[in-house]
Amino acid sequence: MAFERVLTRNVGNRDALTLDGYKKTGGYEALAKALKMEPEAVIEEVKKSGLRGRGGAGFPAGMKWGFIPKGKDKPKYLVCNADESEPGTFKDRLLMEHDPHQLIEGCAICCWAVHAETCYIYIRGEYTKAAAILERALKEAYDARILGNSAMGSGFKLNMYVHRGAGAYICGEETGMLESLEGKRGQPRVKPPFPAVVGAFGAPTVINNVETLCNVPHIINRGADWFKSIGTDERNTGPKLYAISGHVERPGTYEHPIGITFREMLEAAGGMWRQGQLKAFIPGGASAPLLKASEIDIKMDFDTVAKAGSMLGSAAVIVMDETVCMVRSVARLAKFFNHESCGQCTPCREGTNWMELLLKRLEHGEGREGDAMLLKSVAGNVGGNSLCALGDAAVGPVKSLVERFPEEIEAHIRERRCPFPEYRYFKDGV
Amino acid sequence: MTEAPAPQTRFPGFTPEARRQLDELRKRYPTAEAVLLPALYIAQRLSGGWLPDEAIQAVAAELDLPESKVYGVVTFYDLFHQKPVGRHRIRVCTNLSCQIRGSEEIMGTLHKELGVGEEEVTPDGRCSFVHFECLGSCDTAPMMMVDDDYYENLTPQQVRSILRGLK
Repeated sequence: MAFERVLTRNVGNRDALTLDGYKKTGGYEALAKALKMEPEAVIEEVKKSGLRGRGGAGFPAGMKWGFIPKGKDKPKYLVCNADESEPGTFKDRLLMEHDPHQLIEGCAICCWAVHAETCYIYIRGEYTKAAAILERALKEAYDARILGNSAMGSGFKLNMYVHRGAGAYICGEETGMLESLEGKRGQPRVKPPFPAVVGAFGAPTVINNVETLCNVPHIINRGADWFKSIGTDERNTGPKLYAISGHVERPGTYEHPIGITFREMLEAAGGMWRQGQLKAFIPGGASAPLLKASEIDIKMDFDTVAKAGSMLGSAAVIVMDETVCMVRSVARLAKFFNHESCGQCTPCREGTNWMELLLKRLEHGEGREGDAMLLKSVAGNVGGNSLCALGDAAVGPVKSLVERFPEEIEAHIRERRCPFPEYRYFKDGV
Repeated sequence: MTEAPAPQTRFPGFTPEARRQLDELRKRYPTAEAVLLPALYIAQRLSGGWLPDEAIQAVAAELDLPESKVYGVVTFYDLFHQKPVGRHRIRVCTNLSCQIRGSEEIMGTLHKELGVGEEEVTPDGRCSFVHFECLGSCDTAPMMMVDDDYYENLTPQQVRSILRGLK
């Protein structure tokens, strides 16, 4: 039986960009239903669904909402994480550009559940088109009194704003995002206290990814049991967006039940580009350790990928064929992490720099005996030694290079050059 | 054909329209400081795409923040610039998904066609280009951003044709 698209059902339906078009697909029925439920009951339903965060960490969303203190005496906030910057990831942009009201509805339901009267959608600065589409949709929602002083006539006051970032990967880290929202450098905070207690502007705050919040209207409409019927097991439930790129015939965002195998995913994307041979793939964005071609049958859910020593992360899958040099690839990722380290914690600031330098040296044929061990040692001093997960993320690809592709490092040292040719994808430079 | 004007190099002050925008923004946040990023975007747009010192100082005064703090924020974020930029600013994604679908050749084409290095402005003030981290368009690699628009599934030939269209 063909899998029914849920999150991306309106992709390609240009009508859904408007409020009327969205309503024709059942839009805002879930919000109307939720506003008639007790907030506690909404949280319970989301808990029961098993929905886990789609931004990278996979934390149970309902539990996160449950951490917010009850009562209406203090302000509370929802910050929607739309700072999609993990290399390889482009699923949230699709959701925002094609179905903005689905996100607004998900945000509104979450706000009701935790009694947050203000929601900021923190979108990365480069996503100007998605930001404009969201602004337009928000205006429609205000004009229709879905948002504002009395959301859908319920008496619940709800304001929602788009807040643009300004180009910093670290602002996707939840406390870096809060700092940035407050007008500061996006340097992550010491935790605890966690954002559920002290978040935006010192108030309790929920931070959820775009895709996570887009699941919420469907859970409210169709129930937790329906949601749980999709997926691998009770810890890995629901539909999931997989962004697949690199050497595949039809790169793109695909919606599959969570837990589809990588082989099935690859087939759905038309197989290898120009009939190349699969060499390696990254299962969850630049922060996720590389997997080898022999791991092609892995189930792409949170727990299975973690067991294999990598992570599902943002489910951004980068596919590489046999022409790709692993040292060059990991050197590129190391450059990214070095550039994006906020500089606050010494092990991350210095370690990401050293990892980039070592990998570049290898790639340029100037590697020395023992560089693999040196890389591992530097990585070991970064991992676990920084305030946020960026340090660990930077270490993931490097460690997997040393552990899974030692022969490529050795070949670079032995031959005193990169054994792979330059990348030439255009004939005669055209 | 008349010579294109050089990039604007100074901050003209907040216009009445900009002040109206700032007032609207202030209502959205419980602190004035939270308006800083949006205010810097406004100041940058008024200054021709970058933030000369007087723009940074004006933003600090407007929000009653220490200048040192505003400088700290400006230098933290990639989308704020302290040097003049071309009228058209080109950002090429060179992260892994684009790298393995041809972004190095796209960078080479830009370098050759524009005759300047990264972060430099062409003598007529028309363009500047930089390599950039992932822009979230990996399925259409290689890609680049010209001002606010994405150009996807690029070839060197297309890049040349896009450049010809930039005034």
